[in-house]
Amino acid sequence: MSTTLLAVQTLNGLQLGILLFLIAAGLTLVFGVMDFINLAHGVQYMLGAYLAVAGYQLTGSFWLALPLALLAALACGLLLEFLVFRHLYDRDHLDQVLATFGVILFLNEAVRVIWGAAPLSVPVPELLNGSIRLFENFNYPVYRMALLAAGLGVAVLLYVLVTRTRVGMLVRAGASNAPMVAALGVNIRRLFMIVFGFGAMLAGFAGIMAAPILSVEPGMGDNLLILAFVVIVIGGIGSIRGAFLSALLIGLVDTIGRSFATDIARLVLPPSAANDVGPAIASMLIYILMAGVLFFRPSGLFPVRSA
Amino acid sequence: MKQILSAFAVTASIGLAGLGAATAPAGAEGLKIGFLATLSGPPAVLGQHMRDGFLLGVKQSGGKLGGMDTEVIVVDDELKPDAALTKVQGLLERDKVDIMAGVVFSNVMMAVYKPVIQSETIFIGANAGPSPIAGKGCSRYFFSTSYQNDQNHEVMGRHASQKGYGKMVVMAPNYQAGKDAIAGFKRHYTGEVAAEIYTKLGQLDFSAELARIADLKPDAIFTFMPGGMGVNLVKQYSQAGLKDVIPFLSTFTVDETTLPATKDLAVGLYSGAEWAPNLDNPANARFVREFKAEYGYAPSLYAAQGYDAARLIDGAVGMAGIKDKTALLSALNAAPFESVRGDFKFNTNQFPIQDFYLTKAVQDGNSYVTEAVEKVFDDFGDAYAGSCRMN
Repeated sequence: MSTTLLAVQTLNGLQLGILLFLIAAGLTLVFGVMDFINLAHGVQYMLGAYLAVAGYQLTGSFWLALPLALLAALACGLLLEFLVFRHLYDRDHLDQVLATFGVILFLNEAVRVIWGAAPLSVPVPELLNGSIRLFENFNYPVYRMALLAAGLGVAVLLYVLVTRTRVGMLVRAGASNAPMVAALGVNIRRLFMIVFGFGAMLAGFAGIMAAPILSVEPGMGDNLLILAFVVIVIGGIGSIRGAFLSALLIGLVDTIGRSFATDIARLVLPPSAANDVGPAIASMLIYILMAGVLFFRPSGLFPVRSA
Repeated sequence: MKQILSAFAVTASIGLAGLGAATAPAGAEGLKIGFLATLSGPPAVLGQHMRDGFLLGVKQSGGKLGGMDTEVIVVDDELKPDAALTKVQGLLERDKVDIMAGVVFSNVMMAVYKPVIQSETIFIGANAGPSPIAGKGCSRYFFSTSYQNDQNHEVMGRHASQKGYGKMVVMAPNYQAGKDAIAGFKRHYTGEVAAEIYTKLGQLDFSAELARIADLKPDAIFTFMPGGMGVNLVKQYSQAGLKDVIPFLSTFTVDETTLPATKDLAVGLYSGAEWAPNLDNPANARFVREFKAEYGYAPSLYAAQGYDAARLIDGAVGMAGIKDKTALLSALNAAPFESVRGDFKFNTNQFPIQDFYLTKAVQDGNSYVTEAVEKVFDDFGDAYAGSCRMN
């Protein structure tokens, strides 16, 4: 274990955290403002990745595929909102879970019917194809640096949108007390649609950015969805700032836990037992973290909702 | 309203079931085969290859295996052992299949094996070959046209020792097949294992593990990372610049099911398998050519194994018919067919004795396939045949 390795793992953790943030931001907005549990957020991420593949096959260029796929993801999100979600805003959370879970099953199958079951990929764009040598034998792809920068850019953009614009103010007010905002004469349905569309676009953007480095296959969003829920629960529902910080925290804890858990276990256990215990602990770490945070701060680290 | 709808639904389903029963061929004349594979979810591509290979084998006999009208009932196990068990029971009791075939994953195999064997139905395994079935739990009703799970990993262990890699890192997902892979590898590897890395099943981002591997500076790495996990690992391994520096040995990670996604990034990586498209025998040349013509994509070893299962059934049923089960079992045991692997015969536990090769991923025109580079094991039987006491 060296400081260089620790530095690299920190970088890896931050990069995972940024990807998680891109997914969690949309999820927390929708949950916070509209009190709507959207399990289908994970498939919107997957849809973004598949649309990137389709866009690339159509245009042959990642940079052209990016805006096309983004618009297509937005269109799909709005279509879903119109067809399914709009009818569920006033319903019980359990009904929303049931319906959005159905959307997951449907879209996973639809994607398999349209694109097939085999994993697909998008090549990394030429401009970002290089790598930076971090230490001997190990290169860090420029694309991942770009992903980090893009995620930070989106975070800043969201911050500006939410705190400095009128729509952002309405979103924050809606997250605290939606009925009051409606009572004050704001078209809450249109606000919901804007928030939902933006959330879908964020998830789609995360999918597009992830397509060159992760394999695009049916069900790719399901694992990340669970992590995204952990992120927003720890960060506080409805809080973008909370989502950002807790996403980075979870990315770091998960990455550093995975890389050093076996070594740490080997300090107290014999090697064969450490090989069993280490990975098990590493996969449990973020959930232990979540339990710990909820124990001390049940509303998350940066709660938004008033009582 | 609800009652009317439910009454309608009940009537419709009875009607459809009656229709289904009426169109099924008479059991006595035809051959009914139940084919179980994983056809949904991320690993669906493996089941798809296996099914396509099997159906091609049936088609080559004009839809008549062994001269009998063959009906293949394809069933999706969804990678859920309990769902698979229910469906297999349906195949055995309702459809009264003569032969069961297929099964991609070992956990599904372990769930359905006993019921099929206890019903004295012939079972041709076309992929999963867990050690209990090869050893103590062996049965005269079970034949495998694939391999025993440990064997491919043993190939890489032997190859690593032959190449003189003194220090290696091994990596696999943290579940039974992953642990078996590492155990199989270590059986023939004589060097030092610097680290055993177990990743989470379904993990997508390996940057932490790759940084650790680069830090440890091994002579090579061995990994078992099937499906989408393998695609991600290969991509990220290449992007981290490790591909040209630390040799990448793997099993079930780089094959025709993942090469369409990894393409150039996987070219030059080594694997161990009992089959590759370039094996030089007439049966294989015909298989690869007709598979590509029929389905439009390159076959993997799952497809080859499914195809061999169909050809085995064709040869045995042609020899002995299905009326006398003991005669059919003896016929199957004689392996009366031309395997796409060339050399093929059954061991005492009815698993194959076959040759194993070191394979390499190459570019073949527009597609990416594996190519057998050298033979690592000749007439290799599995390690569990000794503990099989067949009744």
